[in-house]
Amino acid sequence: MIELVSAQRCVSCDKCVRVCPTDVFESGPGGIPVIARQSDCQTCFLCEAYCPVDALYVAPQTHPLPEPADERRLAADGLLGSYRAALGWGHGRTPGAALVPPIPLRHETGGKS
Amino acid sequence: MPRARPRATAVPPETDVLVLGGGPAGTWAALAAAAAGARVTLADKGFCGTSGAAAAGGNNLWYVPPGPGREKAIAAREAAAGGLTERAWMVGILERTWEAVAQLADWGYPFPVTESGEQYRGSLQGPEYLRLMRRRVTRAGVVILDQSPAVELLLAPDGVVAGAAGVRRQEGGRRWELRAGAVVLATGGCAFLSGALGLNVDTGDGALMAAEAGAELSGMEFSCQYGIAPAFGAQTKGLMYQFATFTDADGTEVADSSLGSGNVTVQRAALRGPVYARLDKAPPDLRERMRWSQPNFFLPLDKMGIDPFTERFPVRFVLEGTVRGTGGLRVAGTGCATTVPGLFVAGDAASRELVTGAVTGGGSHNGSWAISSGGWAGAAAARFATEHPRPAVTRPAGEAGIRPRGRGGIRHEEVIATVQEHVLPLARNRFRTENGLRESLSILDSMWQDVVAGLGPDAEGGLRSRQAAAMLAHARWMYTSALARPESRGLQIRDDWPGADPGRAHRIRTGGLDKIWTAA
Repeated sequence: MIELVSAQRCVSCDKCVRVCPTDVFESGPGGIPVIARQSDCQTCFLCEAYCPVDALYVAPQTHPLPEPADERRLAADGLLGSYRAALGWGHGRTPGAALVPPIPLRHETGGKS
Repeated sequence: MPRARPRATAVPPETDVLVLGGGPAGTWAALAAAAAGARVTLADKGFCGTSGAAAAGGNNLWYVPPGPGREKAIAAREAAAGGLTERAWMVGILERTWEAVAQLADWGYPFPVTESGEQYRGSLQGPEYLRLMRRRVTRAGVVILDQSPAVELLLAPDGVVAGAAGVRRQEGGRRWELRAGAVVLATGGCAFLSGALGLNVDTGDGALMAAEAGAELSGMEFSCQYGIAPAFGAQTKGLMYQFATFTDADGTEVADSSLGSGNVTVQRAALRGPVYARLDKAPPDLRERMRWSQPNFFLPLDKMGIDPFTERFPVRFVLEGTVRGTGGLRVAGTGCATTVPGLFVAGDAASRELVTGAVTGGGSHNGSWAISSGGWAGAAAARFATEHPRPAVTRPAGEAGIRPRGRGGIRHEEVIATVQEHVLPLARNRFRTENGLRESLSILDSMWQDVVAGLGPDAEGGLRSRQAAAMLAHARWMYTSALARPESRGLQIRDDWPGADPGRAHRIRTGGLDKIWTAA
């Protein structure tokens, strides 16, 4: 579920508010979007893909985390913007879709290896 | 200094074709209608580009070059599909998919290049695909209404569909109404808010609206497709599990693949207790490529610090309902017309039995069906809008969850919880019995009476109450159809009727709301 909107990184474009398929965010009073309906988050990571400054973190768990996300640690571990990077979205990147053909089914690789 | 926020697009005063839903089916429908000269408006519950089953994942296509391979592909699916397909539709879909993929390449979709130097075009990555489709739809002059779920249809006095109404959910649930010459339902299937990847927007709203206008459904018994996901997460992406060894709590192997019959074996094991997977059968030289081909399969595992090739992790089965099952609104004619004039259907909102029969369309057929049915429905809707005069007056057709007939205090949360209790568990829905189905139906049918009497619109203008009503209607269509098929065929496993009955190789139609009917 969505756990973090980094106020330090956020540029107040409200893109996450616009693109969330389940309408989880709301525009915040100071320009930083707020997570208004966390329980509606479906953990699809698409807000991470669309955030132009890697300010969002969606935890892999489908339930809220007991502790607030530790932004410094996430950044140090390379976990802010990791989905956007894997998709190859962002200036100067190559689309991930172009990089490697999808993997074949097992029978096409010659059975059990 | 915060930047200025983009204002939401205004609802136009009227439109020729109104497309509900902005996934692949809806966007292809909008493009086809616009190409036919129609003014087109597309309304999505969420955001056209991220909304729906396709955007969040990978999309393999049923993509076969012209030639003898097509005949083989059709024959293979016919053999698997339990006798419910129609060859003419399969031929048409292979042809249409081939053309559409060539268009995508022209539009700049970044297809990967294989070792032999050719583009590999049999698969589309969800976010990239839908971002491109949104661009094309915008360029075609289609008005896109994001965050604007439809809640009901508008009908002319003679019952012809003449538009729809819904809510702007980022404007306090303000109501929108839009008169249209024809409507395309591309609202997706129903996955019952199970949490399967990207599927929580798919609550079957379109089929409820259509049924209120008198539309028929088909194949609703084939609604019990489950996706496999890590137990902690939502990543219902099954492809990588072809390399899995599955074990139970003691470490005893229960199956060595989720492909083919392995899937049901693992599901039966999951009835008895926790099941774990480890992708230890993935050839080492393939592992890096696997990561690139499905980044969001590995993303949550990486975030959890799990190496799926060497460590086993707990898995669970998440209902994907009719999204990757095959049931939906019955396609009653060419152009993907429904049984209601002015109403067309595309993608997972439609029954996909014509092309995938009794087995799941997940993993390629659904993707090609969305492209093809979208294009056909959009073109036919544009034609209908030109040929039929617009009515002077319309009436909103919504009832359950928006216009209660009486009093009562039932809440949408309560309805959803009860529906989920009866459709999500493998023990009830995957492995069906007459007793279990009847027990669920008695509770769900009785709840429907409470809903029509007393479930009014929620604070968001009816979005959530309508979702609850749509899910309840789906559960009842599903289980009533499942009772009408006392056999195991394709997706439907009846533990009290193992094996297929050769006399039942036909589709089952269903419909109705207060009283649900089925017919062969």
